[in-house]
Amino acid sequence: MSDLPPQGLPVDPAVDRGRAPERSAQEIPELHEVGCPDELREEIEERMSRYPDRKSASIPALWAVQRRYGWCTPEGIRQAAAVMRVTPAYLESVASFYDLLHTSPVGEHQVHVCTNISCWMRGADELLEAFAEAAGCDPHEARHGALSADGKVFLSGFECLGACDIAPMASIDERYFGPLEEGDAARAVEQLVAGQDVLPEKALAKRGLAGDA
Amino acid sequence: MPETRVLLEHAEDPKLRTIDGYRGHGGYASLEKAYRQMEPDEVLKELEDSGLRGRGGAGFAMGKKASFLPRGDMAKYLCCNADESEPGAFKDRELMQRNPHQLIEGIAIAARAAGAGHAFIFIRGEYDLQADILDEAVAEAYEAGFLGANILGSHCDLELVVHRGAGAYICGEETALLDALEGKRGNPRLKPPFPAVQGLYGGPTLINNVETLSNVPHIVGKGAEWFRGFGTEQSPGTKVVSVSGRVKRPGNYEVELGIPTRELICDLAGGPLNGCELKAFYPGGSSSPVLTAEEGLDLPYSFEAMAEAGSMLGSGSIIVADHTVSIPHMALRTARFYHHESCGKCTPCREGTNWTVKMLERVVRGEATPMDLDIVASVQENIIGNCLCVLGDSMAMPVGAMVRKFRDEFERTIAEASGSLAEPERIAAVQAPPEAIGTMP
Repeated sequence: MSDLPPQGLPVDPAVDRGRAPERSAQEIPELHEVGCPDELREEIEERMSRYPDRKSASIPALWAVQRRYGWCTPEGIRQAAAVMRVTPAYLESVASFYDLLHTSPVGEHQVHVCTNISCWMRGADELLEAFAEAAGCDPHEARHGALSADGKVFLSGFECLGACDIAPMASIDERYFGPLEEGDAARAVEQLVAGQDVLPEKALAKRGLAGDA
Repeated sequence: MPETRVLLEHAEDPKLRTIDGYRGHGGYASLEKAYRQMEPDEVLKELEDSGLRGRGGAGFAMGKKASFLPRGDMAKYLCCNADESEPGAFKDRELMQRNPHQLIEGIAIAARAAGAGHAFIFIRGEYDLQADILDEAVAEAYEAGFLGANILGSHCDLELVVHRGAGAYICGEETALLDALEGKRGNPRLKPPFPAVQGLYGGPTLINNVETLSNVPHIVGKGAEWFRGFGTEQSPGTKVVSVSGRVKRPGNYEVELGIPTRELICDLAGGPLNGCELKAFYPGGSSSPVLTAEEGLDLPYSFEAMAEAGSMLGSGSIIVADHTVSIPHMALRTARFYHHESCGKCTPCREGTNWTVKMLERVVRGEATPMDLDIVASVQENIIGNCLCVLGDSMAMPVGAMVRKFRDEFERTIAEASGSLAEPERIAAVQAPPEAIGTMP
C-alpha cells in the first residue's frame, strides 16, 4: 500500500485499530467500594420496592443523587448503581437523556426561562436576556445553560414548561412564576441569592382559575 | 357563552385537593359504586357507551382502548400519561393541581374496568408542585382504603405510584413513556405489538391521559347517557381547553365540545390584545396544522370539525398569533422545539427536524431562495408516516401548513432580510463571476 495520504473521505482510525474499547467496561460496583451514605441507599431501596422491576427506579434514584450532590456526579452515579445492581454506565445513559438531570456541575439555584411559542410571543427572549444580565452571564450562552458570575445560579432557556397561561414565565428552583416582566428578573436573582422567598406575588401556586378572574 | 364546568367544578375551592374537601363535593361516590355495585364488565360497558375520546392528542375512544386488553389473570397495568409537554398545553397541570383526587378516583375505576393491579402516574419532571400534590393525595387515598389491597372488600388490589419524569417531551409518546417507566432512555418502540397487548414489563397496559381519566368518575357516577348530553355526536363531553398566546385572558376554559371556536378565543379568552388583529392559531397544540383566523374562527371546536378542516383538535390547546407575530419565526420556534426533543432513533425525524431548522434559519436570515421553501415543504412530506412515533410528524404538519398558507409572508421575509433585494437580481448576483459579486450593495 502507498503511504500517500488517503483521498476522499477521512478514514475512521478504528478501522485499523479495531473497535475494542480503550478501557474495560465498568462492572457493577460493590456497595462497600462506593461509600454510599445510608440515607441515599435507603431512599433508593424504598423507591425500588415500589416497582415490579427494580430498574424502574433509575430516574427516581438519579433524582435522589442530584438532590444530594447538586448534580449527577460520577461518584453519586456509582453509589446509586451499587444499590440498584446495575452498571454506572447504564445510569449514565439514562441521566444523559433527560434535560433535568445534570451530568456536569450546576449552581445551587436553577432558573429555567421558557422560550417556546406562547412565551416567545409575549417577550420570553427579552426576559431571558434580563435574567442573563441580572445573573451576569452571557445571554447567548444562557439559551443553552450558563452559570452566573458568582457560580450560584444556573440560568437556561427551556422548551415549553406547560404554563403558557402565565407567559412569559420561568421555573425557579422547580416552582413556576409568571407572568414576569423584565424588571422581575433582577429582583428574583437577588432574592434567590439572599435565600429569600422569590417573587411571592407571581407564584403559580397562588393563582386562581382564568375563568374566575 | 359561559363555561360548562364538569372537571373544573369546585376547582376554585382550595380544599378540593384534600380528600375531605373532595368527598365534601361528592367525591369517591363513583368509586364506591364501581367497586361495590358493578362488575368490571359493566364499568367497561359504561365507558364504551359514553363515547369518551382520549384527551391527550389522538382522540381514540377510551372505552374501546380499554376493551383491547386481553382477559385473564396475567399482570396488567394502567399508566396515566401526565407528561404534558406539548407547547400550548397546560390543562393537565391545572387538573392535577386543583383536583388530584378526581384523577385518582378515575384511575381506580379504569383499573377495575381493565383488570389492572398496578397503576402509575407518569408526570413530567418539571411539574414538581403538582407531583407533590399528587403524592399527598395518593397517601390520603391509601389511608381511606380507596387504593391498596382488597379495595372496599371487592378482592381487587390496586397499587398506585407517582413517577416523576426528568424532562423529555418524547416520554409523552405512549411507548417511550413505557421505556422511561421501565427505567430506560425514553425511546419509542415499534408498534405493533400495541401496549394493550404488550406494554409495561411486557404485560397488557392501558395508557390514558390525565383529562381522559378525570372524566371517568363523572361517567360512572352519572351514566353514559348523561355524558352524551354534552358536546356533539362524535365528540361527546366537555373539554378543558388551554388558550394562550396573543389573547387578553390566557388560561384554561372548560366548554362543551362543538362550540364555535370564536367563543373560546374572543369571548372566554378575551380576544386579541388591544390594537391587534387575529392572524392565525394552532387549534390543538403546536403539532396541529395552523389555521388562519379566516378559516378557523367559525369552525365548531370538535374533533370532527377540526379534522375536516385539515387540522386536529389534538390536546385541545389553542395558541393564538396576531398580526405582530411573524409566521416564519413562529415556524422556526416550532421546528426548534421538535429538533431539540427528537430522540434520534428514526432518521426522517432526526435529520428532518435538523434540516428544517437550518432551512428556516436561512429563511429568516434572508439567505434562502423561494426554491428552498419547496424543499422545506418536501422535507415535511417525507417525514410524515415514516417514523416509529409521530414526533416528526408533529413538526411536519404545522410547518408544512405554515409554508403552504403563508408562502407570501415567507418570501417577503426572505426578501426583506436579504436587504430588500428583489429575487431575480439575487439569483443573477449569485451566478455572476466572482469579481461582480464584490460590487454587490
